[in-house]
Amino acid sequence: MAKVVVVTSGKGGVGKTTSSAALGAALAQRGEKTVVVDFDVGLRNLDLVMGAERRVVYDIVNVIQGDAKLPQALIRDKRLETLFLLPASQTRDKDSLTAEGVEQVMNDLKRHFDWIICDSPAGIERGATLAMRHADVAVVVTNPEVSSVRDSDRIIGLLDSKTEKAELGERMEKHLLLTRYDAVRAERGDMLKVDDVLEILSIPLLGIVPESMDVLKASNIGAPVTLADSRSAPALAYLDAARRLAGETVPMTIPGEKRGLLGKIFGRRAA
Amino acid sequence: MNRVPIENEKLTKISNVLTEARSIRIKGRSFLALMLSPELPLDDWLTRLDDLAGRSAGFFLERPIVLDVAELDIDRSQLKDLLAELANRNVRIMGIEGGRPSIMGPGMPPAMRGGRPAPDVEVPAAEPAPAAEKAAAALPEAQPIRAPASMIVREPVRSGQSIIFPEGDVTVIGSVASGAEIIAGGSVHIYGTLRGRALAGSVGNAAARIFCRRLEAELLAIDGVYKTAEDMAPDLRGQSVQLWLDGDSIKAERLN
Repeated sequence: MAKVVVVTSGKGGVGKTTSSAALGAALAQRGEKTVVVDFDVGLRNLDLVMGAERRVVYDIVNVIQGDAKLPQALIRDKRLETLFLLPASQTRDKDSLTAEGVEQVMNDLKRHFDWIICDSPAGIERGATLAMRHADVAVVVTNPEVSSVRDSDRIIGLLDSKTEKAELGERMEKHLLLTRYDAVRAERGDMLKVDDVLEILSIPLLGIVPESMDVLKASNIGAPVTLADSRSAPALAYLDAARRLAGETVPMTIPGEKRGLLGKIFGRRAA
Repeated sequence: MNRVPIENEKLTKISNVLTEARSIRIKGRSFLALMLSPELPLDDWLTRLDDLAGRSAGFFLERPIVLDVAELDIDRSQLKDLLAELANRNVRIMGIEGGRPSIMGPGMPPAMRGGRPAPDVEVPAAEPAPAAEKAAAALPEAQPIRAPASMIVREPVRSGQSIIFPEGDVTVIGSVASGAEIIAGGSVHIYGTLRGRALAGSVGNAAARIFCRRLEAELLAIDGVYKTAEDMAPDLRGQSVQLWLDGDSIKAERLN
């Protein structure tokens, strides 16, 4: 049975696309057939982060408007044969997505995939509400910073009211993915701590991804973080998060928390 | 029926000597007024009013009445005639709501705005008399409405959400996020952290209180008197607190 996951945040620039690609790749690495769907029509980025930008022919808008069949628009990853991308259109805007069209595409995808990861655009408008509409599970990407936390809170409210599950009176499963976390800066009070964010949002924690140069490096070479260097700290965090998403129990580690004295000194100097 | 704010002037006799620098205190106060909304044609409506008055004699006597003419397409002379007709029936109009400036004139009751809705009033039947008196006594006169109703919210109130319950108390089992608001006719109880806004006694209940397990609020208000985060005593932040209204100021005390 396919599971539809929406990766959302409200605020932009917190790491939705990076997380969608990394989680999608991590799930595919487990051998489960996964598709990552870009809902950010007009500002598509997922194709770049997944290194498929030169292979896009058709996109989700073409499929919805009947110009292309779904298999024509799906792009299979060159590194992982279980990973697929359904790109967004860059030349249209979010009004090209219709509720019926999206529903049809989601139903078709459900027949062929184990995991459908929907990369939501920022904001709370049409694109974002359509991306979350058919989800079974939501991954709320949040930075340890007040404006991101407030926007995530807003999105959680929408997940509980504007989705198909909510309208049927069911509860949407929601998980917090804390990204760009820096334990040293959190300790110093420059950032919110993990507990502060959890206390405010009161949803279960899926993972903590450390702030790292590896993330930028991976997106510049066009590879999901978990594929670029599966031993890097953010990759390990995403791999653990994907295991938790798949129902495994994995102990939570806060990256950088067990740093030695030297690490602390370096951390301070770097920041 | 509407709650109407009335300027209550407490006049101090001003002596000729200017050495006495006492100023005139002008305070706001809310009262409950009945609202009449006439319909066209006015003759028919007046007939129905007479019929109602016939069934419950004296219902309109001694009661403050506000005339709602927002939906009424009439001119100044027609409004004047209507006021005269009502005066003939001993219906005393204390104010006019929703009247365009062009139909208002000198000698008319003042224009009123900003009324807040309140429940409908049943007009008691004249017979049997004791029952009617009882029903009339049960009418909320100058007292705020104290409905026993309450609302319980079992999950956190998220940013952007607004819980509005003018009928009574609101209890939240969970936190109220920054950018969320609770508006209650009665008291507000929050079993969690209050980071957003809490407005208690929103329909004019000065006895309403706000309780929260942890105070980080953006705004607090009781019966229209408000305090922003900046005005709050810093030692109350993060504490378990109750707030109430004492005259025109919000008082707070730790709950421990």
